[in-house]
Amino acid sequence: MSGVETALLAATVESGTGARRRRWLRRYGLAALGGVVIAIWAIAAILAPWIAPYPPDVVNVAGRLLPPSDLHWLGTDVLGRDVFTRVLYGARTSLAVGFIVVLLGALFGTLLGAIAAYIRGWAEEALMRATDLVFCFPPIILAMAIAAALGIGTRNTVIAMLVVWWPKFARLARSLVIGQRSAEYVAAAQAIGFGPSHILFRQIIPNAVGPLVVLVTLDLGNAILVFAGLSFLGLGVVPPTAEWGSMVSEGRELVNQWWVATFPGLAILSVVIGFNFVGDGIRDWLDPHARRR
Amino acid sequence: MLRYLASRLCIAVLMVLLATLVIFLIANMVPGDPVLTQLGDIAANNPDMVAAFRHRWGLDLPLWDRYWIFLTGLFHGDLGISIGSQRPVLEDIAQYAPATVELSTIAFLLALIVGLPLGVVAAMKRDTWIDHLARSISLVGVSAPTFWLAFVMLAVFYGALEWAPGPGQISASTFPPPTITGIMLIDAPLAGDWDTFWDAAAHLVLPSIVLAASTLGLITRTTRAAMLEALSQDYIRVARAKGLVRRSIMLGHALPNALLPVVTLGGLAYAQLLTGTVLTESIFSWPGLGRYTFQSAVRLDFPAIMGITLVVAAIYVLVNLLVDLSYAALDPRVSRR
Repeated sequence: MSGVETALLAATVESGTGARRRRWLRRYGLAALGGVVIAIWAIAAILAPWIAPYPPDVVNVAGRLLPPSDLHWLGTDVLGRDVFTRVLYGARTSLAVGFIVVLLGALFGTLLGAIAAYIRGWAEEALMRATDLVFCFPPIILAMAIAAALGIGTRNTVIAMLVVWWPKFARLARSLVIGQRSAEYVAAAQAIGFGPSHILFRQIIPNAVGPLVVLVTLDLGNAILVFAGLSFLGLGVVPPTAEWGSMVSEGRELVNQWWVATFPGLAILSVVIGFNFVGDGIRDWLDPHARRR
Repeated sequence: MLRYLASRLCIAVLMVLLATLVIFLIANMVPGDPVLTQLGDIAANNPDMVAAFRHRWGLDLPLWDRYWIFLTGLFHGDLGISIGSQRPVLEDIAQYAPATVELSTIAFLLALIVGLPLGVVAAMKRDTWIDHLARSISLVGVSAPTFWLAFVMLAVFYGALEWAPGPGQISASTFPPPTITGIMLIDAPLAGDWDTFWDAAAHLVLPSIVLAASTLGLITRTTRAAMLEALSQDYIRVARAKGLVRRSIMLGHALPNALLPVVTLGGLAYAQLLTGTVLTESIFSWPGLGRYTFQSAVRLDFPAIMGITLVVAAIYVLVNLLVDLSYAALDPRVSRR
């Protein structure tokens, strides 16, 4: 092989990997970016007590409403608390609530929907009417009524959100199981003599889990938004706790001290966009049809 | 078609009644007590006053008797008396509903007028700057917290630039027009009062943009995806092979087929706008149902909560019905089934 040919070959190979890298970036670049954003927030949430420059709820009246500076990167709030510190601590509440609500809601909804679709009959009918019923209410109104009735506090708000959160997963799980239950591998499993619970949990659900994962990821951002909204209305966390929604609420009147409300809001926005990117990425990865678009 | 409509209507009414039962049970089984939120601390410690309060609002009756009273009242067009405002719930709802209808209708139109063309153009000029712009707008629209967006809009356009008026439905110095429909944009011109009309319209700009943001994002995203899906179909290739101009392929062939998912989403989005004004209304001091809902929930005002539930459930069920019917109109295959 002559030197020219080798060089040409090397060039083709190189441009091949370059093109592949570009294609990967085009396809999954945003998802990777979203993953990085969420990872940063998760690390910030876990390490908040060690990396935060100030304590989150020590009142310092002398240093109230200071604009962003070297000492206070994102300024201070009405009570002189460091906004950057409280944004870091707020990540703990928001991420924890988002994961708990969506994972528990998904678990409960999926089990209910999958079982109902698998045993069919009146159970399936009853379940679908129940989900229709919950769908009649916008989550925020029902959650608000429940949160107000149970009393204010993070735990009660999570309970209130769970009451309205499971139906979408029940619906999706039901439609996925219906799509799978007449597949050949199910008949094969029955022929081998596997019991119904083995077939449902070991065969059908693992085969149908993809769209559920996508919904969970996209829904995490949504849960964080709803919880922040309830907190903003005063139905979420109890006051001294740092939480993004209630921080925006504390700064809502302070148009001239814009930093108090702006930064916690940006934090919510970045997390929700992050989960959207990751969810879209997983969907493209799972669905070759959508991938072409 | 008529039988279909009748059976759908029956189911709809049943669903609404079931919804009131559910909210009734939830509201009554949770350990909250309206006595504490309504009477002051001193009165709440006086057993006689508590008993009188409970008797006055029927809180001492068994659960099923109370639901029965609610139902019989409902069939007489009576939703009971609000514990908070001491007025009939129906009067409260009639007073607050027009402001919400006005705000959410404007927001919905805004989302449609901007979102539909944006989605179509984004699909037609895929991967160009306009596509990226459309996708960024819809991403921020669905991801930004409503209450924060409201703050930013108020801070920029009211606080800093002073382009827009502050919260509220009209300025404090403006006299509201005589109430006919309760919707300012209709009542003011009817009274010939154009100053009030422009004042009300200016007050609508910020809240309707804030309320429209997430719907706009959803509509843009769905329209774009549906258009792309339609454009990849065989009939588009046929139309192109026949030599049709691009414009008529897009608007005559692709768009009508792409509209189905958009109609479903649009209907649901309008219902969500009508019932999802709680945050926007409380920030913009908008005298509508959203603020009333929030106040009633915080006060544990059961009659008011029941009334609002009824309205909300009715809106959802009705919108779903309309969506199904418009499906039949848009897609001839549906009604033939």
